[in-house]
Amino acid sequence: MSRYFTDEHEWIDVEGGIATVGITDYAQEQLGDIVFVELPAEGASFEKGDDAAVVESVKAASDVYAPISGEVVESNSALEDEPALVNSDAEEDGWFFKLRIADESELEGLMNEAAYKKFVAAL
Amino acid sequence: MRYLPLTDADRAEMLSVIGAASIDDLFIDVPAEARLPGTIPGLPDHASELAVERHMAKLARQNLSAGEAPFFLGAGAYKHHVPASVDHLIQRGEFLTAYTPYQPEIAQGTLQVLFEFQTQVARLLGCDVANASMYDGSTACWEAIGMARRITKRGKAMLSSGLHPHYVSVARTMAKFTGDDLAYATPELGSESDINALIAGIDKDTSCVVVQYPDILGRIADLTPLADAAHAAGALLVAVVTEPVALGAIRSPGEMGADIVVGEGQSIGVGLQFGGPYLGLFACKQKYVRQMPGRLCGETVDAAGKRGFVLTLSTREQHIRREKATSNICTNSGLCALAFSVHMTLLGEKGLRQLAGLNHALAVQAADRLAKVPGVSLINSSFFNEFTLSLSKDAREVVRNLADKGVLGGVSLGRLFPDAPEIGNGLIVAVTETVTPEDIETFAAALEEELA
Amino acid sequence: MTMLKEGRPTAPIPVEDAHMAPATVTGNRALMLEEKLIFEIGSNDTTGVDFAVVPEVASRLGTLARTDAIGLPGLSEQETVRHYTRLSRQNYAIDLGLFPLGSCTMKHNPRLNEKVARMPGFADVHPLQPQSTVQGALGVINELAVWLIQLTGMHGVAMTPKAGAHGELCGLLCIRAALEARGDARQVVLVPESAHGTNPATAAFCGYKVEDIPATPDGRVDLEALKARLGPDVAAVMITNPNTCGLFERDMKVISDAVHAVGAFVYCDGANFNAIVGRVRPGDLGVDAMHINLHKTFSTPHGGGGPGSGPVVLSEALSPFGPLPYTARMADGTIHLIEEENVGEEMPQSFGRMSAFHGQMGMFTRALAYILSHGADGLRQVAEDAVLNANYILRSLEDVLDAPFGGSGPCMHEALFSDKGFADGFTTLDIAKGLIDEGFHPMTMYFPLVVHGAMLVEPTETESKAALDQFILALRSLAQRAKAGDDALKGAPYHAPRRRLDETLAARKPVLTWSEPEMAQAAE
Repeated sequence: MSRYFTDEHEWIDVEGGIATVGITDYAQEQLGDIVFVELPAEGASFEKGDDAAVVESVKAASDVYAPISGEVVESNSALEDEPALVNSDAEEDGWFFKLRIADESELEGLMNEAAYKKFVAAL
Repeated sequence: MRYLPLTDADRAEMLSVIGAASIDDLFIDVPAEARLPGTIPGLPDHASELAVERHMAKLARQNLSAGEAPFFLGAGAYKHHVPASVDHLIQRGEFLTAYTPYQPEIAQGTLQVLFEFQTQVARLLGCDVANASMYDGSTACWEAIGMARRITKRGKAMLSSGLHPHYVSVARTMAKFTGDDLAYATPELGSESDINALIAGIDKDTSCVVVQYPDILGRIADLTPLADAAHAAGALLVAVVTEPVALGAIRSPGEMGADIVVGEGQSIGVGLQFGGPYLGLFACKQKYVRQMPGRLCGETVDAAGKRGFVLTLSTREQHIRREKATSNICTNSGLCALAFSVHMTLLGEKGLRQLAGLNHALAVQAADRLAKVPGVSLINSSFFNEFTLSLSKDAREVVRNLADKGVLGGVSLGRLFPDAPEIGNGLIVAVTETVTPEDIETFAAALEEELA
Repeated sequence: MTMLKEGRPTAPIPVEDAHMAPATVTGNRALMLEEKLIFEIGSNDTTGVDFAVVPEVASRLGTLARTDAIGLPGLSEQETVRHYTRLSRQNYAIDLGLFPLGSCTMKHNPRLNEKVARMPGFADVHPLQPQSTVQGALGVINELAVWLIQLTGMHGVAMTPKAGAHGELCGLLCIRAALEARGDARQVVLVPESAHGTNPATAAFCGYKVEDIPATPDGRVDLEALKARLGPDVAAVMITNPNTCGLFERDMKVISDAVHAVGAFVYCDGANFNAIVGRVRPGDLGVDAMHINLHKTFSTPHGGGGPGSGPVVLSEALSPFGPLPYTARMADGTIHLIEEENVGEEMPQSFGRMSAFHGQMGMFTRALAYILSHGADGLRQVAEDAVLNANYILRSLEDVLDAPFGGSGPCMHEALFSDKGFADGFTTLDIAKGLIDEGFHPMTMYFPLVVHGAMLVEPTETESKAALDQFILALRSLAQRAKAGDDALKGAPYHAPRRRLDETLAARKPVLTWSEPEMAQAAE
């Protein structure tokens, strides 16, 4: 399994043609207390860059973009009851949705963990 | 000027603190050609309180107020008695002159009222949740149509012919810009509502069916079959209540399966006010709350663990979501919501049921009496406090002539439906607790004379 | 002598520490009374209203009689009066003190306005009465309309919009109708990034694509960026003037000319009209449509969040497209209400109806009473004093608070500060909550978004110099505490009816209606 990061503060785990997507720990910290997550329906198809989910704090609603193209195979229903999971465990249990990857080549050019850390440090 | 506290000495001292030579220096960013050199010509200068009061009183006297005449108008606005304590309480400066409760620590009064209001409205309309109010019933109605579009992702709304024609007009205006497809036909002067026709018309593109209860002609119909048919097709049922007092006597739309119930709350606490400000009621099922427009107040605790209230779920609103907001609505109708809530608290369930019972009984008496006037027939088989008469001639003229005799005798269908001359003989008559037996007799006699 | 030794002590025992007050068993603190919900103190069998005996009739309700319990508790009249009086005391209000919310124009609400609005000839009139019986009410609408047109130098006015945001909608609907009438379907509305959030929300609602226009470092619309973006696809530009940084858009006329040159329209958000009323007419600056918040500039009460009223003044190009109904004064002096049945002859291009009736009549009477009280001279003085008061605050505090645009000249009716220079971890929110303890309503915070930790202070013209001086004293002290890192500030407010409230909890587990405790538990 390999993990990629985007400059929109999403992480992507890739395993067997399926990408698990969430927002980074840095992002959750910037957003503050997460109170609601709107997730895509299973079967929804996204092009890279489409609005795929919405994450809300008390004061702000932020769009989460599809980091790569694909079809949603599962959404993390645990977030519906417990959006705080995004704060407490953004990069594991707080995942948002899983995509069947349409085009593996879109992963090229995404950051690895070290590169993302460097990217964040420079912000 | 009695509202301006600064003295010339204050102004001079403040200018010196600022470091400006004159007031004009503070307006230097205004392009010279746009600066007015003095007061705008042709407008009067300031006036004393006495003079203004006299001027306004003169204008007020040119109106025939509802309390001065036998009064039978309804059609979306109703005259009810408002207890004196309601008006006293809404004039408490702490309610009247407060802003939207954005600083909850010093706005618990307004917030608790809103929480109580939301609960009262949800229960009255038979829904899980209600918001903190909208502008009025007509705007709440089109907001409901938009909400149904967002939920169902469909764009065809079916409007009952019994929906208030002004609400239809408002929805049509908005639909020009949102692209909703609205199906609507003017009503027929009969005792049956169009529920069966609506059921037959629902299809896979229908976002919602919008039905008024009681409808514009005062008819009341069981909404359950309509709700079932809408749900079977994946559509929502939106019910519109323009006379909430009715819900003290008849079943609530929510109870009959409506998904969204909106209404005009003016009847309770607010008064006629020539059409505004009024009070939009908006309630729905719990599962749709995040698609609901308007402000919401919610319960929480403070840092010391005490119960308190805050505005919540505000990410739906325009000041955060900007172009992705559920609506562009920015204010509610706070003081009118307070008036509604105070009046409802005074009534309580017991008082509301008595009030509704009294309205219905007087309306039955009036309907029976008026139907005896030669040339008049009652079209309703059922009604609450409002019914429609079919007259032997055009009702517009009758209404105007009755007004000349000092009787405010209902709303003519010709005024509401100018494009439907075939129902021009219809007259909508509302009868509330403010109507006396003498008023009914005066109205009947005047009508008889007019139709003779 | 006789020695009467009974009776109460007449001098207090000196108190070492006044803060050591013991808790009370009721939770009350003298005049500050805790108040439960009506659902906790009322009952379904209690009522505070008496009715005449209901006559016996045969019901015409069909099968629909309501038999279930509704769950609406009642209170007797005195309990009702106490309930709401106690709640009212937990609110801050203009009647209590300075309410410096930027862009909200919280000025004094004269009580004459309340009195005239309650005259039966206005308050007890039905919107569908025959026109011959409501000439005075139509007269109020018409007279106010004339004032608004004159004060803004515009051509017409749509009176029906029910609030500022509703007015924005009206203005954009006029613009869209005007464009469609010439067969020109444009797609884009340009909005400066400092705009009120309602502007893009409204444009999007009307089906437009919204694009941001950046601000210049001195807090104004970037004219060059705007000009570069203008083109045949732009329907309108929405500008707030004076803008949300409290500054006058110096280039307004140039902007309008450029917008008109590409066939687009200028919408002006008139929320800040109080700064210029009587001194500047937006019509002279090329504005095509502008809403006027009667509840701001013209003193109708905010009522804890409405009702508002947002008439929209229109240029000659847009006037034919305004909403129904509207009033017209005839040659014989009578006033006609133009609605659906006669609109064909009078205004065939109207875009239709925006709300059921004629607009916020109760606000029209209040606004007209206010306008007549001030007159043309008084309204001009309003703008001058509002701007003077704001500049006085700006210059009295800029040594302790960062004023990001303080160097670019005078402000208009509101002074903008930022959180620059506060100790680590201290924020605008702390200043706001500290102001509550000092007895003031906080200023607008975190708006406009173009300034970090923004504090937008709008004192209005109805504050005396003494009131301003006390506010300045309080804000100065709080600024110094935030800079020094006074941890006590983080806990403010201490003296309000509630401490800081948990908004996260409220949003994560929304409780929007009251339910019986056992039911609430069962639901968890």
